[in-house]
Amino acid sequence: MNGKNLEVLVMAGLFVLLLAAPFVVYPVLMMQMLCFALFASAFNLLIGYVGLLSFGHAMFFGGAAYITAHTVKVMGFPPEAGILAGTLAAAVLALATGVLAIRRQGIYFAMVTLALAQMVYFYCLQSPYTGGEDGIQGVPRGRMFGMIDLSNDLTLYYVVLAIFTFGFFVIYRTIHSPFGQVLKAIRENEPRAISLGYRVDQYKLMAFVLSGTLAGLAGSTKAIVFQLASLTDAAWQMSGEVVLMTLLGGLGTVIGPAVGAILIILMQEKFKTLGDWVLVTQGVVFVLTVLLFRKGIAGEIAAYATRIRR
Amino acid sequence: MRSRGLIAGLMSIGLAATSAHAVDTSEGIKIGVLTDLSGTYSDLSGAGSVWSAKQAVADYLKDHPGAKIEVVQADHQNKPDIAANTARQWFDTDGVDVIVDLVTSSTAIAVVNIAKEKNKVALVSGAGSSDLTGKSCTPNSIHWTYDTYALATGTGSAVVKTGGDSWFFLTADYAFGQALERDTSAVVLKNGGKVLGSVKHPFPAQDFSSFLLQAQASKAKVIGLANAGADTTNAIKQASEFGIVQGGQSLAGLLVFLSDVHALGLKTAQGLVFTESWYWDTSDANRAFAKAFSAANNGKYPTMVHAGVYSSVIHYLKAVDALKSDTDGAAVVAKMKELPTDDVLYGKGTVRADGRKLHDMYLFEVKKPEESKGPYDYYKVRATIPAADAFRPLAEGNCPLTAAK
Amino acid sequence: MFELLGVAPQALFAQLIVGLSNGAFYALLSLGLAVIFGMLNVINFAHGAQYMMGAFVAWMLLTYAGLPFWAALVIVPIVVGAFGLLIEKLLLSRLYQLDHLYGLLLTFGLALIIEGVFRHQYGVSGLPYANPLPGYLPLGFMNLPYYRGFAILFSLIVCLATWYTIEKTKLGAYLRAATERPDLVQAMGINVPRMLSLTYAFGVALAGLAGVLAAPIYSVTPLMGSSLIIVVFAVVVIGGMGSILGSILTGFGLGLVEGLTKVFYPPASNTVVFVIMVIVLLLRPQGLFGTPK
Repeated sequence: MNGKNLEVLVMAGLFVLLLAAPFVVYPVLMMQMLCFALFASAFNLLIGYVGLLSFGHAMFFGGAAYITAHTVKVMGFPPEAGILAGTLAAAVLALATGVLAIRRQGIYFAMVTLALAQMVYFYCLQSPYTGGEDGIQGVPRGRMFGMIDLSNDLTLYYVVLAIFTFGFFVIYRTIHSPFGQVLKAIRENEPRAISLGYRVDQYKLMAFVLSGTLAGLAGSTKAIVFQLASLTDAAWQMSGEVVLMTLLGGLGTVIGPAVGAILIILMQEKFKTLGDWVLVTQGVVFVLTVLLFRKGIAGEIAAYATRIRR
Repeated sequence: MRSRGLIAGLMSIGLAATSAHAVDTSEGIKIGVLTDLSGTYSDLSGAGSVWSAKQAVADYLKDHPGAKIEVVQADHQNKPDIAANTARQWFDTDGVDVIVDLVTSSTAIAVVNIAKEKNKVALVSGAGSSDLTGKSCTPNSIHWTYDTYALATGTGSAVVKTGGDSWFFLTADYAFGQALERDTSAVVLKNGGKVLGSVKHPFPAQDFSSFLLQAQASKAKVIGLANAGADTTNAIKQASEFGIVQGGQSLAGLLVFLSDVHALGLKTAQGLVFTESWYWDTSDANRAFAKAFSAANNGKYPTMVHAGVYSSVIHYLKAVDALKSDTDGAAVVAKMKELPTDDVLYGKGTVRADGRKLHDMYLFEVKKPEESKGPYDYYKVRATIPAADAFRPLAEGNCPLTAAK
Repeated sequence: MFELLGVAPQALFAQLIVGLSNGAFYALLSLGLAVIFGMLNVINFAHGAQYMMGAFVAWMLLTYAGLPFWAALVIVPIVVGAFGLLIEKLLLSRLYQLDHLYGLLLTFGLALIIEGVFRHQYGVSGLPYANPLPGYLPLGFMNLPYYRGFAILFSLIVCLATWYTIEKTKLGAYLRAATERPDLVQAMGINVPRMLSLTYAFGVALAGLAGVLAAPIYSVTPLMGSSLIIVVFAVVVIGGMGSILGSILTGFGLGLVEGLTKVFYPPASNTVVFVIMVIVLLLRPQGLFGTPK
């Protein structure tokens, strides 16, 4: 059995598990995991396949959440239109910030995205329609396409699962397309890719926009699930959290980021009453991952599997 | 990951199985303290609020031996999504009947909405937004300790009456700060004072020197600080650096807690005036409460938020006792509005139709270092604002509950 | 906005002095970052947390040992620097062979740990730290607090001394050489790993020093570093980290610009640094003092 078949098999197994999950796990928690799994997978597209570490992905996640909440609550959009609006807004934002950010690389890229995200954060804090500290609350879940009542947690779960599967599929197809191959070539050796005639900056920008858009899709979905959009989603800590999820699960692996997201959410859930120690534990996980298993959980398992097969 | 998911699944089955019983009132009452256990406001609420809720239960049990009451706690980290998530889970699967404290306006508004949706109860003590009894009011929630309107009117009118008739505002540039400035300037104008100007500072800010210089240049007698938490303490600290108070101007804090004064130290905070609803050194019962509180909380003294949690839990338990049921949240809240409140800390009071708890407010002034005789001996009472004048009139709040009637 | 342009020149001057005092902190912090980056190629995300530690150690010295500010000014950089040395030896040194991003991720994790531990221990509402130089100089157009004046001068001296050491002394020459060609310098018998450790420790000590300077002005709280560090990152991007002098000038310069923004359009003062960063990126991607690759 080759690696790709194994990958498909694992994903199919996981999908069946996800179908059954809400009957045993609290559905809202499951939805939260799916939203963050999509967010981390979208983020991974950039760091894992282009080698660009964005420290500002919260701006897409949070920005889209605000747009969705605003359009649904204030302008009366149905949920699917709200999610679409949020996702589109994230795409536009990603285009604008991407043009700036890809002018620098490596550590600079990280700092530039961080600073840009901070601007978006301050905009969300001060602009009149975001509700400042309170965020936008009490967003109605409404009816999807006018008929599917989303107020039922179980119904909403399957809608969220469908969105997640869609987003994940887009990422999967991108990685395995010729476009994805070029991205990997840029990651491995950028001057060489340039000399081969690829317009590296355009590829980078496209990857950045795609990554930001899907992060926005995750944020929009989260706004419908939790019925609110708040500063938490746009703050730089959120950007750090998604880096942690992806790193823990495995940079540049297909399912790693989703696994990392689920683990981190479970960890936060477990330590809910511990207060400050959540921060410390996350920091410790960060340090340990960087020092001991940089490939992340999925990466290490894959490496282990390869070793055994030999 | 699969085994992890499985474990989580099994655990939630376990939770669901136990919760089926917990929802039944015969199993007793479950109080959830949802508060800031780790963030900016953990000193004015946090673990102290959990202690206060437990103390209220203990005191109630003295008169009602045998009642089954449980207190659980969680950290909302001042994030509305975490608060909403926890509240949902508590109501859905853990059998929690009432959530108390809720420190920031964003978390409070999120949770009162869920309490309404699930027909449970939310008693807000820590949060201040007067929207909680205005456009965000619900039949399932009561706003207990204070609100921004009461602080603004209390401080605004009292300061103008004692001669501080020209104001300049330092306002945190977001909804909360702007609301504080708006409410306070209305009161200042109504009492015959003038507002000479205001400057909006970014939130959060570290350095206030530039804004303080502008305030100083305005020659206003009073500089109103329409901000909260670290912004307020930083502004006060830096005001003393630039000799603002020595220069004859005075500072008025619009949202200051005992824990803030403690953080500033008397030397810096002296002379500051502000409004609160409770202070530990005003009666024997309060002093006894404070003594027990400080023994259990590393020597910290209770703030008005802690006292409010105590008071709200006592009244909730009384209402449930009178109803003999805690299943219908709206009915419990209706009962709480019907019964007069009476507890050792806040004394006698009432709960208004829009969910506003009414009690006297006090204008305090921070003592000079030489006037302070012991730990946390920080305030002197400048004026008492009777309950009738302290809070926003019912008609002005536009609470949908009262407008419909 | 236009009528504000009518601000009296003296008032404007007062604001400039105040802006300079903020710039003093930006300069000290971005200088520390630049020194570490120049030598180790690591962006020290824990810089803000180490700055916060500096303020806390000063507070602890005062509270538990009764040591005044002036003693803290000497002791704290040593303590915080030693902490940096430990981090470099135990953790950071293992990552030099890898992509530089791992250094960023590691220090980010460290920042979370440090902040979390202090939050747990001391809460977040802030601790009082008495001003060691109370009083102010009445200049007519403003009261210049003695302490602010001191902070500006002190920071300026430290910055210039650092610049002189790195650019004009033999030690600095070694440092710069080791940055360019570590293999050659090593071959000449200089212990490069030790130089790396000491450089990191020095950069961290600068952050600690900035923390001590900040304690009397700002609230000593576990959160004081995390909000500041992002602004300092933007300062570093604007300056370009190409030269030590560049980071100093950018630090002070942006303090001034921010000060002016507070007079003319206060709501933008949180974002003005980021806006400048965007403009600089558009016009001169390598930063004001950076050299294009």
